[in-house]
Amino acid sequence: MTDIRSFEAPKEAGFGDFVQLLKPRVMSLVVFTAFVGLLVAPVHLHPVVSFTAILFIALGAGASGALNMWWDADIDAIMRRTKGRPVPAGLVQPGEALAIGLALSGISVVMLALATNILAGALLAFTIFFYAVVYSMWLKRSTPQNIVIGGAAGAFPPMIGWVAATGSISVEAGLMFMLIFMWTPPHFWALALFMNEDYSKAGVPMLTVTHGKKVTRNHVLVYTLALIPFALGLGFTSIGGPVYLAVSVLLNAEFLRGAYRIWKRDEVMAEADSYKVEKAVFRFSLLYLFLHFTALLVEAVLHSSGMGGW
Amino acid sequence: MAFPAPEHEIHRRRFSRNLGVGLTLTCFVALVFALTVVKVTNGDLGHANDAPGMLGSTQPIAPELPAPAPAAPAVSP
Repeated sequence: MTDIRSFEAPKEAGFGDFVQLLKPRVMSLVVFTAFVGLLVAPVHLHPVVSFTAILFIALGAGASGALNMWWDADIDAIMRRTKGRPVPAGLVQPGEALAIGLALSGISVVMLALATNILAGALLAFTIFFYAVVYSMWLKRSTPQNIVIGGAAGAFPPMIGWVAATGSISVEAGLMFMLIFMWTPPHFWALALFMNEDYSKAGVPMLTVTHGKKVTRNHVLVYTLALIPFALGLGFTSIGGPVYLAVSVLLNAEFLRGAYRIWKRDEVMAEADSYKVEKAVFRFSLLYLFLHFTALLVEAVLHSSGMGGW
Repeated sequence: MAFPAPEHEIHRRRFSRNLGVGLTLTCFVALVFALTVVKVTNGDLGHANDAPGMLGSTQPIAPELPAPAPAAPAVSP
């Protein structure tokens, strides 16, 4: 006798699958950087307004993630790192991902503009457009500089947080943007060095695929050198101070050491130890960004208690 | 005697989706309510409801112009 329950059930998404569509890990970074951008600003918002602003900045980031998953479903299905995502796994239909992405984009932009100001809403709308259209639809499959320019999308959240509080863009907001913008290439290229096969199979023109790993190693070092002035420069603005600067000097020294080690190695050495240095630098790059923004937060707390700052 | 119908995976997933959407919408309504309360109590409604003369307006009402001085009487010879 055949047990009817032994047939494979048609796939149906649970609530968690729709949450996965919003890339919660990326959202957590967006929440943190937007929170710092909002908190270090000289104008202080009501806690409810601050919470609303951060929530809808994060939701906007999630919406652009859903649009990215809708557009990239074909290559996500090929790459080992992404084939378990809800759309390639068949749990969420591409049309559903598109509808959710568009609806959440509209809701997040309107709500942020209503809760704070029009400029913050406009910046969020531009960020979603930049990530979904400029990066996902245009750059990602056409140029090895995809993540350099596309990195701007991830760099906007602290600026949006700042603008939500102050209503204007300033040097501090610009430098927070530049910190993430310049950090993105060495961070992703360190990842691409040991995940090269994935991108190659999917036909994504990552630098490692189009120009080889030696050129990528050079780029990691050059972009890390270019990042340092922005990271240190932030320490001399009104939101910086001795604590931030000390932390930044140490982090940049370590990041530069890692980039130098990547630059010195070749493929034989890397394969011999299973890309140990590249993996370590990739992990450290996450800590690098987290600790920079944490140091800004510490400066803001010290500032409010009459210490910190210059 | 009735046997309990085995719950299918699909029903569990559907329930989780409905519950999630329901809770999300409830939280959204609560958030909009809280935001409205904060905006109203802080008088942070922008310029739309802040016209001079409106109830609760922060704009001063323009003082009335002083009455023009009476014309000087014609000098009679």
